[in-house]
Amino acid sequence: MLDALTSFFLVVGGLFALIGSIGLARLPDLFMRLHGPTKATTLGVGGILIASMLHFSCRTGGLSLHELLVALFLLITAPASAHLVARSMLHLRGGSGGILDAAAVGSQRCKPPERKAE
Amino acid sequence: MLNVAALIALACIAVALLLSFWRLVRGPSLPDRILALDTMYINTVALLVLFGIYQGLTVFFEAALVIALVGFVGTVALCKYLLRGDIIE
Amino acid sequence: MKRWLPQPLASLSLWGVWLLLGNTLAPGQILLGLLLALALPLFTVRFWPDRPRLRRPLKIPAYILMLLWDITVANLTVARLILGPADRLRPAFILLPLDLRHDFAIVVLANTISLTPGTVSADISPDRRSLLIHALDVEDADQTVAMIKHRYERPLQEIFEC
Repeated sequence: MLDALTSFFLVVGGLFALIGSIGLARLPDLFMRLHGPTKATTLGVGGILIASMLHFSCRTGGLSLHELLVALFLLITAPASAHLVARSMLHLRGGSGGILDAAAVGSQRCKPPERKAE
Repeated sequence: MLNVAALIALACIAVALLLSFWRLVRGPSLPDRILALDTMYINTVALLVLFGIYQGLTVFFEAALVIALVGFVGTVALCKYLLRGDIIE
Repeated sequence: MKRWLPQPLASLSLWGVWLLLGNTLAPGQILLGLLLALALPLFTVRFWPDRPRLRRPLKIPAYILMLLWDITVANLTVARLILGPADRLRPAFILLPLDLRHDFAIVVLANTISLTPGTVSADISPDRRSLLIHALDVEDADQTVAMIKHRYERPLQEIFEC
């Protein structure tokens, strides 16, 4: 029973990590690509860590909770690094001032800055 | 059953790493590459934990923790360099 | 009390992290962790000149549980969007006016936004009154803003004294 649960979390975790990377590889724009790694990959690693927690808890008898530490750390750092990548992209495209101004004046929906020729 | 599940998950992570590596090579911009590296280190954490389960060893856990810590610092340093042209201000 | 235990929550989390790191409940480790958890905030309190004050710390667990649930839902949503046809996505930048004033509360809100359905926080305006977020698939920007304000900003406002 516990084995089945562990296997379930393993496969789900692996699949989500894969989906995150598929998003990274196939979406057309950097800001869209950000969504894959920040969300799907985090849950993917989370699922594998839960599986590891279950597996080692039942194998060694005692509770094995130090995987929580990695999960907690990734949950805190993933948004921070996504935010930094987004900011450096905005910086490369000429700063976010334009978007902020346009959005403040007009409607709340606005276009991303021009993409450089690739 | 557990071994089969671990193998499936290992295959998924391996493909995920390859896809991220493709994005790392292809770019096109520097933030794209940083994002690819970021994804790769998170996937490596998953890979190490998975390998630990597969082998039944807990020694890989510390390595996973260290990679999670160092990878984040690396991403921050690279982004900081792009934003300010300097890492230490 | 205030002098010797400046940050009770930080001490508690440090203690927890120490015990998790050792993955043990041996009495020696508990004692050593307690010692470190009491000593570290005393030395680092100077680096936090403007500490957030918690008004209702009891609401934190409810917020975290809601966040974990939303993260799971967010992942299913994003997985569907990623695997679906890419040209049907409607990405957009949205400006979210902030009611939160404290820096720490804004950081928590930005992290929450990044982890929940289809939105990533990208930048903050220089006057710290609005947050620029990028959404993967927007139907109605006003509705997204209203949802974030209602679901995440209000509980944070209740937790932090703003």
